[in-house]
Amino acid sequence: MADALTAPHILEYPYTRSVGPILAAFFTALKDRRILGVRAADGRVLVPPQEYDPETGATLEDLVQVADAGVVTTWAWVAEPRPKHPLREPFAFALVRLDGADTALLHAVAAHGIDAMTTGMRVRARWREDRSGDITDILCFEPLP
Amino acid sequence: MSDPYVVVPRPVRLDYTYTAGTASSRFLRAIMQRRLLGSRCPSCAKVYVPLRASCPTCGVEMGDDVEVSDRGIVTTFCIVNIPFPGMAVKPPFAAASVLLDDADIPIFHLIQELPVEEVRMGLRVEAVWRPDDELEPSMESIRHFRPTGEPDAPFERYKDHL
Amino acid sequence: MREVAVVAFAQTPYVRSEQERTETEMLAPVIREAVARSGIDAKAIGFTVSGSSDYLAGQPFAFVQALDAVGAWPPIRESHVEMDGAWALYEAWVRLQCGDVDSALVYAFGKSSLGDIRDVMTLQLDPYCVAPLWPDSVSVAALQARALLDSGRYSERDFANVTARSRRDARANPAAQLAGEVDVDALLAEPYVVAPLRKHACPPISDGAAAVVLAADNLARQVCARPAWIRGMDHRIEPHQLGMRDLTRSPSTRLAAERAGAFEAPPDIAELHTPFAHQELILRDELALPASTAVNPSGGALAANAVMVAGLARIGEAAQRVMGGEARRALAHATSGPCLQQNLVCVLEA
Repeated sequence: MADALTAPHILEYPYTRSVGPILAAFFTALKDRRILGVRAADGRVLVPPQEYDPETGATLEDLVQVADAGVVTTWAWVAEPRPKHPLREPFAFALVRLDGADTALLHAVAAHGIDAMTTGMRVRARWREDRSGDITDILCFEPLP
Repeated sequence: MSDPYVVVPRPVRLDYTYTAGTASSRFLRAIMQRRLLGSRCPSCAKVYVPLRASCPTCGVEMGDDVEVSDRGIVTTFCIVNIPFPGMAVKPPFAAASVLLDDADIPIFHLIQELPVEEVRMGLRVEAVWRPDDELEPSMESIRHFRPTGEPDAPFERYKDHL
Repeated sequence: MREVAVVAFAQTPYVRSEQERTETEMLAPVIREAVARSGIDAKAIGFTVSGSSDYLAGQPFAFVQALDAVGAWPPIRESHVEMDGAWALYEAWVRLQCGDVDSALVYAFGKSSLGDIRDVMTLQLDPYCVAPLWPDSVSVAALQARALLDSGRYSERDFANVTARSRRDARANPAAQLAGEVDVDALLAEPYVVAPLRKHACPPISDGAAAVVLAADNLARQVCARPAWIRGMDHRIEPHQLGMRDLTRSPSTRLAAERAGAFEAPPDIAELHTPFAHQELILRDELALPASTAVNPSGGALAANAVMVAGLARIGEAAQRVMGGEARRALAHATSGPCLQQNLVCVLEA
């Protein structure tokens, strides 16, 4: 049926990104197993930290350490992980609001099954052994008993 | 103490399928038979090579396919002096716009078999095709263009195609 | 403000995979049809603007080739947005306010089938902290669906009912890709793609194209018996960080609707660009649509979702029903970004 020719086409770029002082501090801290947020103009602690206040546009500089444990505010169960996903076994993507933070971080939660996931559950970061100063230094989060 | 100049790797890879479409597919199949096809616009009568489904100036559907010659004229060209990865031909080499006889817009290809300093506007050239077992659905079925030995085309012939 | 109306709309039948034709070959007949229906000569069109994304085909500047379908000679006033065509239509509407041109051709196209759309969409996310985890578009939407379930306002059965109604209504739409009678219990028996989203609650993957012709003032009255007048149009965007937003609400849609004058009177129909079933429920609440408003009579994005086209198609479908006399007042909506991050609302009237 198909007379038209087709060919595989791979788009691949070895991009690197310079991150600026706020994210540099955030990523550098991850190497030390510390998670930083930034205090916004209204006092909220934003994680991941942002360079500018989301409401006033003011430059933000007040970095604050938050816990590496917190609460799942929403989640989605991935029963069949895709090749680019962070985990090979079924897992949940989730928004995690770490203790001390007012906003939630998107990451993966390694739980035994969909029944182990519930909004409001507490999770803690599992750190990678060899950390490079990147978001993936957190391998995933795992449920706290 | 954080380093303000942190750089993070963010490699991207996405796998796609490229579809040539109806017009290009006909063109590429014909090139495997050492035939070059163009489209003639029913409105402005210009012949576009390679084939396309729509006339870029009129926006109307193209008429029937037109077979064009594999001989033509160098309208403009450049000499490439810098090597880049994947390039089979060693610099310096000439890359040119070749206005095939019967066509109204040029195609792009290599000019070989003469010193680069002698490549010039108006040079009459012909396609050098690959042998049967090397023909593929791509412009590379033509290895390059070489001079035919004919007298140069006058400027009048190609001045509206620059 | 100058009065501007939709005077013509055309679209391809949407398909899972357009094997034979390129985007341009798919688009050309749609542009010709829309222009022919408009009654305006192609060469007299004052402004041309398109919406598409090179990421769908994986080719930079792919949209430039689409100009073959337009016939850009003598040189035309032209623009492009790397967005859904609804935003191209917004630009055309703004451009017509300048007063020096009276008509515009707006088109959109995309072949989601060429790549893995779920991963392609991931590249619109924050490249520093989010994209490296490659959360695909279904997973991201599922985070919002879960939040909506947790709010207690809606159930998974409500999601399935949205799909069933959409597919049923799509039977009357020759362009729809998925249409037919479906049993809600059968839908609920499907496995999850990413919980809590089952396949039916996700949009189909579609290839397609659409085009709209806008005309101003007297030109619209001259060429069209019943123009669909744009009475208001506005678009708003929320922060991109999902963890900063209440995913069960859509304040940007509400604000855009307010500014577009949507709340001045209830619409007879509302075409909502909600690729995921749960998103229709969020928007119905935000737009306070009465029961008398028919939502997505075209079948909506759950019947066909050509990325970069579906929002323009909502405006076209709504306009078509106004031009055809089936509706006197219509609301059309388009969305962009993860979890309804950015929203456009357009109010049309006969």
